[in-house]
Amino acid sequence: MAGRPKLYYFDGRGKMESVRWLLAAAGVEFDEVFLETREQYEKLLQGGALLFQQVPMAEIDGMKMVQTRGILSYIAAKYNLYGKDLKERALIDMYTGGTDDLMGFLLSFPFLSAEDKEKQRAFVVQKATTRYFPAYEKILKDHGQDFLVGNRFSWADVHLLEAILMLEEKKSDVLSGFPQLQAFKKRISNIPTIKKFLEPGSKRKPISDDKYVETVRRVLRMYYDAKPN
Amino acid sequence: MSGKPRLTYFNGRGRMEPVRWLLAAAGVEFEEIFLETREQLLKLIKDGALLFQQVPLVEIDGMKMVQTRAILSYIAGKYNLYGKDLKERALIDMYVEGIADLMQMILKFPFSPPEAKEKNIASVAERATKRYFPVFEKVLKQHGQDFLVGNQFSWADVQLLEAILAVEEKIPAVLSGFPQLQAFKTKMSNMPTIKKFLQSGSPRKPPPDERYVATVVEILK
Repeated sequence: MAGRPKLYYFDGRGKMESVRWLLAAAGVEFDEVFLETREQYEKLLQGGALLFQQVPMAEIDGMKMVQTRGILSYIAAKYNLYGKDLKERALIDMYTGGTDDLMGFLLSFPFLSAEDKEKQRAFVVQKATTRYFPAYEKILKDHGQDFLVGNRFSWADVHLLEAILMLEEKKSDVLSGFPQLQAFKKRISNIPTIKKFLEPGSKRKPISDDKYVETVRRVLRMYYDAKPN
Repeated sequence: MSGKPRLTYFNGRGRMEPVRWLLAAAGVEFEEIFLETREQLLKLIKDGALLFQQVPLVEIDGMKMVQTRAILSYIAGKYNLYGKDLKERALIDMYVEGIADLMQMILKFPFSPPEAKEKNIASVAERATKRYFPVFEKVLKQHGQDFLVGNQFSWADVQLLEAILAVEEKIPAVLSGFPQLQAFKTKMSNMPTIKKFLQSGSPRKPPPDERYVATVVEILK
């Protein structure tokens, strides 16, 4: 009983951005409901729409799915972006686990003070260039194929591109020293669905600003200070 | 090409414990290598065994798997503990991810300063009794079945039992007010593979102590 997936989140990247990327990569159009007020959130809660009282939430195929990884796994499997067998799925899960950890370091970024932002920027760039990017660089170098897993476009490729672009926003030359990743970035960016997503007017969200931070704090009543790693 | 799965981690629960639970629940015997020194970790990294320079590491079916969720998903898929179709898998994923959020709070416990301990226990109690346990209580009540998903034993059941027992260690009466979960705990604990895992002499690890914390801190510094 399909209709388009409907995503419930704030009007900004946060934990929902990876879902937007994956749906877009799969060529799936979707609708969005943006949380602006506490009342909206409480209404969702009271209606029982949020299994663990949290967003992201994606209405898809009659389910109200929560938990970002659950949502992403479902979409990947449904749209054949999860490899051809259990072992390829294992690789994709490993690789997206890494990019998830890396992008996870940036989730708190908008909520940090200016000084802590600098610390966090340095921390994330260091992790990217010494832990994560070398791993993906080697994977691509070792098999010499266009895609990370099974010589076929998958969720792992989408997630890595997203991570690369986010890191480049923090340090524009972060890929210097990673020729495989530079070529990968070009290749994946040129895939038609991804190319479309990277153009203005798509559902891709910009870097989170103070307005976004204010909205999240207000809706979630989350007023404590975030700390850098 | 097999041989038993081989787990490399510290000699304690941490992020590897759910893997021990799941393998045990599936009736799969495994070997363990315990990290005792920083040199051991550095050697593993130098040898290229750790994709992201981190443990857990599970060598299984010719793969050197890292990333706990990936490892658990693979085991669940391989041993038929992941539901019968995509939608059941979606439910299982939602449930285990929620439980993992709760377990994450418990994971951090031993590493937080002593003065924070009471506050942390209160936070866990709150999350468990207001956010997570009510969900599973309701799921079980609504379908009236023994297992969380699809009337069949799955990864979600194992994960929930592990979480219940872990929380109970800190808050013994935490299940009062959750009769379905009490019955669930009893039923799951009595499943033969789980019962065996809960007996002494199994690979199940005890709650983390100071020695464990010191080892981890030393190795990961």
